[in-house]
Amino acid sequence: MTTATTTATKVQHPSYSEAFQSGVREEMTRNPGIFIIGTDLQERGGHFAQVKGIAQEFGVERVKDSPISEAAMVAAGVGAAMYGCHPIVDLNFIDFAFGAMDEILNQAAKIRFMFNGKVPLVIRATSGVALGGAHHCNSLEALFASTPGLSVAVPSTPMDVKGLIKTALRSDDPVIFLMHKKLSGIRGEIADENYFVPFGKAKSVRTGSDAAIISYGYSIVTAQKAAQALEAEGISVEIIDLRTLFPLDEEAINNAVKKYGRVVVLDEAPVFGSITAEIAATATEKNFGSLKGPIVRVGGVRAPISANPAMADAAIPTVASIMKAVKTVMSY
Amino acid sequence: MSVPDKKTSLALLRSMMVIRDFEETADKLSLRGKVSGGMHNSSGQEAVAVGVLSALAEFDVIATTHRSHHHTLAKGFTPREIMAELFTRSTGISGGRGASMHLGDVTRGHFGGNGIVGAGVGIAMGAALGIQQKGDKKVSVGFIGDGGMNTGRTWEAINMAVIYKLPLIVIVDNNQYAVETFVGRVTGGGDLAKRAEGFGMRAFNIDGMDVAEVRKYTSEARERALAGEGPTFINAVTYRYYGHNVGEKGQYRTQEEIERWKSTKDPIDHFIAVVLEQGYANQAEVDEMRASVRAEIEDAVAFADSSPEPDISTIYDDIDSGMLGVQL
Repeated sequence: MTTATTTATKVQHPSYSEAFQSGVREEMTRNPGIFIIGTDLQERGGHFAQVKGIAQEFGVERVKDSPISEAAMVAAGVGAAMYGCHPIVDLNFIDFAFGAMDEILNQAAKIRFMFNGKVPLVIRATSGVALGGAHHCNSLEALFASTPGLSVAVPSTPMDVKGLIKTALRSDDPVIFLMHKKLSGIRGEIADENYFVPFGKAKSVRTGSDAAIISYGYSIVTAQKAAQALEAEGISVEIIDLRTLFPLDEEAINNAVKKYGRVVVLDEAPVFGSITAEIAATATEKNFGSLKGPIVRVGGVRAPISANPAMADAAIPTVASIMKAVKTVMSY
Repeated sequence: MSVPDKKTSLALLRSMMVIRDFEETADKLSLRGKVSGGMHNSSGQEAVAVGVLSALAEFDVIATTHRSHHHTLAKGFTPREIMAELFTRSTGISGGRGASMHLGDVTRGHFGGNGIVGAGVGIAMGAALGIQQKGDKKVSVGFIGDGGMNTGRTWEAINMAVIYKLPLIVIVDNNQYAVETFVGRVTGGGDLAKRAEGFGMRAFNIDGMDVAEVRKYTSEARERALAGEGPTFINAVTYRYYGHNVGEKGQYRTQEEIERWKSTKDPIDHFIAVVLEQGYANQAEVDEMRASVRAEIEDAVAFADSSPEPDISTIYDDIDSGMLGVQL
């Protein structure tokens, strides 16, 4: 695990979406092979303003408006990437990837292995639970992370959005780039054009002395609130932001287990078959002797996400449920 | 149909003979268990592959289907490297990782066979977008079967090629059967070219047993694509002599139907007659050509058989580049 590699100058306080724009702009200026394809990008700038103004700056040939044809969008990205471009396919919502799942899991992920080629491709989408109901709130990261050939980024801050998208755009690999919709408007520092976040390197976002919470994405925000409340009760919790789910920073996870022996793993996806299951299993297999008790997972319930706000909140972790989990590991 | 010149015609004929001999040979080897995972025999469909690929430049891009030996041979890959791939040996074009269904080498403009029906056309469309983005003077060809005419993604790709005016040629290598299902039973409207025209694509139904006709339509499509006039759809009607997969004994078509196509429409017999009639070769020279093809395929089998297996320890190679984890 590294702490944030902030050697470069921190320059602005843009939003999470603007941080994406900043990283993409810099890389598009450097690499003429980068183009963006998706729906409603040129004028609207995407549903989260994630590419606002880029068509005006770089031209409509490099920010291509697409019909609502997810399979064709991703296939266009895969074929163009194989040909030597570096496309960004913007699906707006990761839920829409279901219409292109063969292109992602079967094609993009496996071409390098068989065909003496490479697929430098970013598939960007928002992910995670917010209002919008069952068809706009899927957490699919475990599906992508468990597919050989794909990497998955899940930034939680503007700094990491920019640093990770720039790394993705310098690599030769297909990357699933998931931005949590509830983070779209948050603001924070970003660094200059020389700042890159490597995949597979978690970051400690809060220091502690009693236990660790390992998480990513919007859950980092909830975890921080829980940690503050626990601090008032005399429990000091470190929070580790994974930043990417594949590659996964196993070293950071194992170090946390060894250091505290008390670990909570947290995300919004239904717990069954989730990334939290993977982390808990791996950490337990490798460092069972260091654990003071079972790793506790906090995640979503096994239910579709309701459009009713209270019911949607009830489906995912809360400050209270995280505090309860930490107290459980503290009881060992 | 105008006949190509002597040199071209003899090359077309030989290329079709290579495919036929390769397929007949590989089919027998597959039945003996030499081909990992079995294979899809393209015997009967030679004119589509040779007609299309002979009209392309070496640097043009193709992406194809689960039945792609003929396209790959016609693209210029050698029988040796394809047979070795069928045997999953390290000398195969996919390093032994693909076998019959996953032939490909991106660096040589072959963007892969495909186990998923319709996927190749999408990838070819993407390659055409890449060509357009870079401003290159090339075309991309997506092969698809009649079975792929009824998967939705095909038409997403066709629509996208039309709206972006991509240098794409869609070739329906239409052998009339999607596994065991006759195309006429499952294709609303029936006329595939009309379906493509409905998407605004220039489209033709042609005789896929006539190599000169396939070559001509492909060549014209290529010229239009290079001139910025966008994509073309070519439905080349052909016939598969063997089952969907090796060893299949289907009851879905009659022996009479198969014999009728073989005896009256065979693309190689037809073109031998053309070559003889044009005086490009005599019967002895045709026989000599066949014998040289036989020797080439036997050599390919020997090469494949004597080639090493891939090193199992390379299983983790080329899954990803490793670049993402590097601190830049």
